[in-house]
Amino acid sequence: MKTINPDRIFMILIYAFLIVMSFVMLYPFWNSIVISFNTGSDTSLGGITFWPREFTLENYKVVFQDKRMMSGFVISILRTIIGTAISITCTAIFAYGMSKKQLIGRKYFMIMCIITMYFSGGLIPAYLINRELGLMDSFWVMVIPNIISVWNMIIFRTFFVELPEGLEESAKIDGCGNWRTFFSIVVPISGPVFATLSLFAAVWHWNDWFTASIYITSDHLMPIQTLLQQILSSNIMSEQMMQTNAAAQGHMASMQNVTTKSLTMSTMLVATIPILLIYPFLQKYFTKGVMIGSIKE
Amino acid sequence: MAAAMSYKGDKKSFWVRYIAQIDLQLMVIPALLLIFIFAYLPMYGVLMSFQDYDIFGGFFNSPWVGLKHFKMFFDSPEFWNVMRNTVVISFLRLLIGFPAPIILALILNEVAHVRFKRIIQTISYLPHFLSWVIVSGFVMSILATENGSLNILLDKINLIHEPINFLAIPNYFWGILISTGIWKEIGFSAIVYIAAIAGINPEVYEAASIDGASRLKKILYITIPGISGVIIIFMILAVGDILSAGFEDILLLAKNPVLQDVSDVIDTYVYRVGIKNSRFSYAAAVGLYKSLISVVLLTIANATARKLGRSLW
Repeated sequence: MKTINPDRIFMILIYAFLIVMSFVMLYPFWNSIVISFNTGSDTSLGGITFWPREFTLENYKVVFQDKRMMSGFVISILRTIIGTAISITCTAIFAYGMSKKQLIGRKYFMIMCIITMYFSGGLIPAYLINRELGLMDSFWVMVIPNIISVWNMIIFRTFFVELPEGLEESAKIDGCGNWRTFFSIVVPISGPVFATLSLFAAVWHWNDWFTASIYITSDHLMPIQTLLQQILSSNIMSEQMMQTNAAAQGHMASMQNVTTKSLTMSTMLVATIPILLIYPFLQKYFTKGVMIGSIKE
Repeated sequence: MAAAMSYKGDKKSFWVRYIAQIDLQLMVIPALLLIFIFAYLPMYGVLMSFQDYDIFGGFFNSPWVGLKHFKMFFDSPEFWNVMRNTVVISFLRLLIGFPAPIILALILNEVAHVRFKRIIQTISYLPHFLSWVIVSGFVMSILATENGSLNILLDKINLIHEPINFLAIPNYFWGILISTGIWKEIGFSAIVYIAAIAGINPEVYEAASIDGASRLKKILYITIPGISGVIIIFMILAVGDILSAGFEDILLLAKNPVLQDVSDVIDTYVYRVGIKNSRFSYAAAVGLYKSLISVVLLTIANATARKLGRSLW
């Protein structure tokens, strides 16, 4: 009998495990994509797993023609761009100041920051503060309270401290102040760290549904994730949505092919597409970003 | 040098130095102000939980009531249920969710094909970037009673004859919650461990190979000890966070009221009584109780780690 190499069995098990795992990771996406491209009435007959049976674009048409969905999409985009830009800019400037040894009070400022990472007032007082600041039902409640991220500041600072001193010194000799040096010397050579942290901040803004769900009441300010959450929890796709579309199209017949489930799936995918688009491009950066973040202590 | 040493008692020189670096100070002052407003001001929640906070009177005009709200929480019928769920869910996360990414990192490390490894990694990161709303949508779709893929599968392999409504059965909830959490974060959490493994000196492996060590032996005696430092640091952080048994995921997955007995944790309870029922002081007291226990746990975990030669502070 041939002897079986235990290392070989071990390797086969590993590859099998990883392939199964990838399947489990991807299947929910795939299944949702398939359902979103299948006619709703056919989906409800069951059995849709890997391929659409009756292909249609109707579900996406309904989503893209729905005013609430499209305004949610626009709000999410605005919030992500504005929120990320302000937060990353302000946090980077803050971190640059904190990276300078001669900064008076640096040690105390740092302690002040670190404390917030371990203690917080909690949900209720934060809610009351935002309310007192007049941020209820305002676009800015999704931006202002999250401008400074202590975590990101520490990552930026770690990066700035390690920059070669000569670079900044030569700028100083040429007469640049700290602000000029920061914008014209430090920012241009800090691309990777800006890219990583912007990705994380943008993903956070895009995905956050909770802030809007407690602070925002006006329909026209709802981000898409919050709308989606409302749809998923009520489990009734707004009938309005179907009616407006039917009216716009002028024929009810095609509407029978769209169901709650098929619409939910297409909405979910629409709300995910922006992330799926940017993520592969930034992947090479974020591994490094995660590392800097985790070895901060 | 002399000037630098003498400034402490010399106010003038302090202000001179301060004015000289005013541009630098202006880089940090606005940020510190924001931190003060959005992180420090809410800490009055600590005081608020000893008051009967009145939204119109505000903090200064609300009467002090001592430990009333804490007593109310301990005596409430929900207390034991909420505590049990918080502890059990946190514990399961620590027991199953914590080692999962470590195991994935160890497994990925054995893969020799760089291409294959990279593809698997890319796939495994992906769910981290989805919102909990989307993930809960996936879970609901896969586990749906009618035409959910899992029911279809179980039916095809003849394990069941009637579709199961997974998200309405209390016994399944913890399992679904923990698995979903692992599905979402396993790949991303594995990054640090993969990097730590990459830092181990390859000569150690070569030496072990010469001695005839199998792959499994190398994992057990070289790789795992090699990353134990990183594991301990993350363990401490996880213990400090132990009472945060998940908020968004529970809020989104436990829609069915049948599940409240097994799904209600401290954070969701605070949200429900605080935001939904506007019992601000009571909810703040429950929140404070949670923070206190977390700090105690973090301190204990850190002290234990210090004995092992690793600690956060």
